Amino acid sequence: MSIDTRNGTRSGTRRTKGLAKAALRGLGLALVSLPLSALCFTLTLLSIALIPLGIGIVTTPYVLTRARTYANWRRVLAAEWGGVRIPPAYRPLPKDANPWERTFGMLSDPATRRELWWLLVDMTAGVVTALLPAALLLYPLEGFALAAGLWRVMPDPYWYGFVPVGDQASALGAGALALGLLFLAHFVTPSVLNAHYRLTRAVLSPSQGELSERVRVLTETRRDAVDTSAAELRRIERDLHDGAQARLVAMGMDLGTIEALLDKDPEQAKELIARTRRSSVEALSELRELVHGIHPPVLAERGLGDAVRALALRLPVATEVNVELPGRAEAPVESAAYFAVSEVLTNAVKHAGADRIWVDLHHAEGHLRVSVTDNGKGGAVIGAGSGLTGVERRLGTFDGVLAVSSPAGGPTMVTMEIPCELS
Amino acid sequence: MRVVLAEDLFLLRDGLVRLLRAHDFEIVAAVESGPELARALAESEPDVAVVDVRLPPTHTDEGLQCALEARRRRPGLPVLVLSQHVEQLYARELLADGSGAVGYLLKDRVFDAEQFVDAVRRVAGGGTAMDPQVIQQLLTRRSGDDRPLARLTPREREVLELMAQGRSNAAIAGRLVVTERAIAKHTANIFAKLGLEVSDDDNRRVLAVLAYLDQGR
Repeated sequence: MSIDTRNGTRSGTRRTKGLAKAALRGLGLALVSLPLSALCFTLTLLSIALIPLGIGIVTTPYVLTRARTYANWRRVLAAEWGGVRIPPAYRPLPKDANPWERTFGMLSDPATRRELWWLLVDMTAGVVTALLPAALLLYPLEGFALAAGLWRVMPDPYWYGFVPVGDQASALGAGALALGLLFLAHFVTPSVLNAHYRLTRAVLSPSQGELSERVRVLTETRRDAVDTSAAELRRIERDLHDGAQARLVAMGMDLGTIEALLDKDPEQAKELIARTRRSSVEALSELRELVHGIHPPVLAERGLGDAVRALALRLPVATEVNVELPGRAEAPVESAAYFAVSEVLTNAVKHAGADRIWVDLHHAEGHLRVSVTDNGKGGAVIGAGSGLTGVERRLGTFDGVLAVSSPAGGPTMVTMEIPCELS
Repeated sequence: MRVVLAEDLFLLRDGLVRLLRAHDFEIVAAVESGPELARALAESEPDVAVVDVRLPPTHTDEGLQCALEARRRRPGLPVLVLSQHVEQLYARELLADGSGAVGYLLKDRVFDAEQFVDAVRRVAGGGTAMDPQVIQQLLTRRSGDDRPLARLTPREREVLELMAQGRSNAAIAGRLVVTERAIAKHTANIFAKLGLEVSDDDNRRVLAVLAYLDQGR
């Protein structure tokens, strides 16, 4: 029993302390956020308005970055004080983007729009919810002061809440109301401040729909990637088992036979040696093809540009390759892009009946862009068991996209885009 | 004949050294990386360099780049490039300066020691040795959309293939088991059908063939 009482008292003290803390924090937040949010909001709008004059191109990235820093600071406060986590979701910008790309890259980010909206909400509803805890604490104090005699200096009638204060009796009534309010504040203050943080989260964090769409896409592409790589492994295993491995076993057997025949029948042994040598050559070429199917050597040695050039040289159709890549992408991206191009080229040769193909590879705005155009008869579609579905899946793993323009009668243009950095 | 050899796999390097020594070549250096190869090519004056395309430290096309660089500094330096795979792209780069004395072969060709050694000698002598696989790719690629090649008889195509690899008339005659005069007749026909100038020089002959196959891209 005694323990319970002590606990009760302690939690009561803690609660009172928490109340004061919440009120102070809320007051501080309101005092700081009102001017800062207003400043950020005005500067951002001003800077955007100045874009047509050219000045905005330079200032906007700077202002937006400051606004982000401010928003991030508020995220930290929400997490530390309110336990409300607001994940930042800014789109990455290319490292060496020029001011133009920076400005429009940042402006087209949904997070920027959200942030502007948040600044507006923050300096109105946000400030009110931040001030409430302090108000809930200070207003009762005024009531007590009135009851203690402050009512004498106040003009008559002075309204405290819904109580008109004119004499000591009504002042005591105000004191009672103040006591009631304080009692109420005791319970609601923490949740009021929490409401402020939650308001921040509601406006600032990416919408649920956006996130669940992202999750859906990721789940799908991950499953595709796992499926494809499992199928690939099975193919490699089968090829090795039926091809090179079997040949090597046969060679070992032949060598044993040769050993036995060497003295008895040198002629036949010689014949077997020749056969074994042929087998070893065949085993080698099978292995080479297998390696080519997994990771083409030119791709490893020279990168995507030359690998596609080498690919074009092997095609039976005249193919023009245009490469503008200032560096190399990461190996998995290169590989995906290579096999995608390879598949598209194979399609063009097999089905389009084209006699000229143009391949264009370049990197811009953080994306690797590949277009394959042919002058064939057109009519290519994604889906319906075409190779293009496989290409789409391959690219999907890297958030890449595929677009096909192929009217009946041609020409066909396949465009692929993979977000990636070059090194 | 003095040879500089670059190959990063110990077993293969060792085998090549033994094979070349057995055929009376002198190995002046047998190295295993790009920088070592560059140094060896600059210091010793080899009659021929036998180089693997892929070498450390980059494990990309370091060997090929080294060879091309050495040929820029010493034009006509005979270089035979070996590779686990053959690509027209690389063959073109080797042939690009037009001075001959280059070879580009699949590593598998060392299985046939005689043919391989013959290729090394040919390159050292200023000729060319292109891998049959490269030539075949070129021929199949061009045959689909080009009239003159389609006009060749099967025998002439065979001769063209061997010629493009860098073989002399005598060698082709030996290979196809016919007289040298018959080959001379075939080559004259081929040159006429392809519209190429006749030349006695083995090396220019190959370049002419490759240039023809290369045109119109």
